[in-house]
Amino acid sequence: MSTTDQATTTPQSGMKRPKRGVPEGLWVRCPGCQATIFRKEAEAKLGVCPECDYHFYVSARERIHQVLDDGTFEEWDAELTPTDPLNFEDKRPYRDRLIAEQERTGLRDAALVGEGMIRARRVAIAITDSAFIMGSMGSVVGEKLTRSIERATEHKLPLIIISASGGGARMHEGILSLMQMAKVSAALARYDQAGGLFISVLTNPTMGGVAASFAALGDLTFAEPRALIGFAGPRTIQATIRIELPKGFQTSEFLLEHGYIDRIVRRADLKSEIARSIDYCGK
Amino acid sequence: MRRELAELKKKIYSGLSPWETVQVARHPDRPMTSDYLALLFDEFVELFGDKFFGDDRAIRAGFAKIDQYKVLVVGHQKGKTLQERQACNFGCAHPEGYRKALGKMKLAAKYGLPIICFIDTPGAYPGVGAEERGQSQVIAQSMFEMARLKTPIICVVIGEGGSGGALAIGVGDKVAMLEHAYYSVISPEGCAGILWKSGQFAEQAAKALKCTSRDLSSLGVIDDVIEEPLGGAHRDHHQMGARMKMYLLKSLRELVGMPFEKLLENRYQKFRRMGQFLERPL
Ligand SMILES: [Zn+2]
Repeated sequence: MSTTDQATTTPQSGMKRPKRGVPEGLWVRCPGCQATIFRKEAEAKLGVCPECDYHFYVSARERIHQVLDDGTFEEWDAELTPTDPLNFEDKRPYRDRLIAEQERTGLRDAALVGEGMIRARRVAIAITDSAFIMGSMGSVVGEKLTRSIERATEHKLPLIIISASGGGARMHEGILSLMQMAKVSAALARYDQAGGLFISVLTNPTMGGVAASFAALGDLTFAEPRALIGFAGPRTIQATIRIELPKGFQTSEFLLEHGYIDRIVRRADLKSEIARSIDYCGK
Repeated sequence: MRRELAELKKKIYSGLSPWETVQVARHPDRPMTSDYLALLFDEFVELFGDKFFGDDRAIRAGFAKIDQYKVLVVGHQKGKTLQERQACNFGCAHPEGYRKALGKMKLAAKYGLPIICFIDTPGAYPGVGAEERGQSQVIAQSMFEMARLKTPIICVVIGEGGSGGALAIGVGDKVAMLEHAYYSVISPEGCAGILWKSGQFAEQAAKALKCTSRDLSSLGVIDDVIEEPLGGAHRDHHQMGARMKMYLLKSLRELVGMPFEKLLENRYQKFRRMGQFLERPL
């Protein structure tokens, strides 16, 4: 369920993971087209390559600016903090890893949740950030999402979840991470029963236990172009079946072709596309 | 002499390391879904196919009778002979398997049949076809629907509880594990490959993942542990079957007849409570 293994095999994540937005420096090389581009220019385009439309990583905080109306975001459950329920230790203890990730990203864990306005429509919004342990879902991410879904149910708000979780369910919290998949899905089932509108936005990368839980359960599913989205990591698949993977395998375009995505939405259009869908479906 | 041997065996099996537990859980002679079907149930009427793509032999489903109860059984099947194992993909189900399971479970709920799920899989199948046919989608959909199916659901991990492929038929009112089964977010080998950069560290990973029945019990993830016969379930299918039957009947008596509202609320709250975190002001 944890599929962090694609990190070394895909061009999208071949670049060093930046702290936030487009990599530091005046000029950056685009992983999509290899062109050297002016950083300011990519940033002005919401973190998209002006040459080839490659969508760079953007942090959860940056997403808020891109999607919500200015100054409308109110964060929920910021006090939720991860712990180390298994005393997990691989090459380094999980608790040390958590502290390092928190310092590096300025986040307590991989999800930012709250409410805000999208073109004057009130929504509940949750965003996972792939910079924090590959955006993987442990207890905190699961709890934040579940509380957001429950509030959205109670207050009859449309729900937007933007996923960037290459790590799937977080191994370091073991079975508790796996169970978050069931917990969040159960909350979504109730939200659905209550008639709520859930728009799931898949971004690069969304894999494993996140792809196979809430991210797959949208009433509407959008994906940014050329994002890596799938259940099993490409390396796991290759190790199992020992054949060359088809070109474009597990990209947004591949998923659209196979019928799992409603629309591929460029980052610049995301806000207006969400607003329009709420107008069609929202109450 | 025999008693001493039994005592020794008891001591060994009560002190299995996590990695040894994983080996016992994978033992080829361990009773499988098909064994429990033969041992516990008076009848099994298999229902095939997902009415969309095909019939996946890695998951079996059908009507069954246990004492006075008519139920639906769903279970992973790993296969006994090499031929059967290959036909079952060693218990790794494709999307059509999960789609079949969910389809039959919805049928059961419609007609008020309780559902019994036997979980025994290394994981959902990782492959090109599986991705093309929506592995993520069906696993998510299955948890989502199981959370609200209006009928009692009893899930037992009988061998391997491999990640999302296990959880996809693991959302129930009662979730139990056999004593020497394991249930994990990822296989020890997979975890070792990612975090230790080598499958050689599977033993360490098995320990770190806290995936035994005792661990899951203390983490509040499972409701019950079903004790295995001395030396493991593979040593005595009949005794294991008898214990399983006792557990299932006890659970059925408890759940059948409970108002759906209460049943579903309890099911929701059970999963709702899972997870550990702190609430610390900024
Ligand atoms: Zn480019």
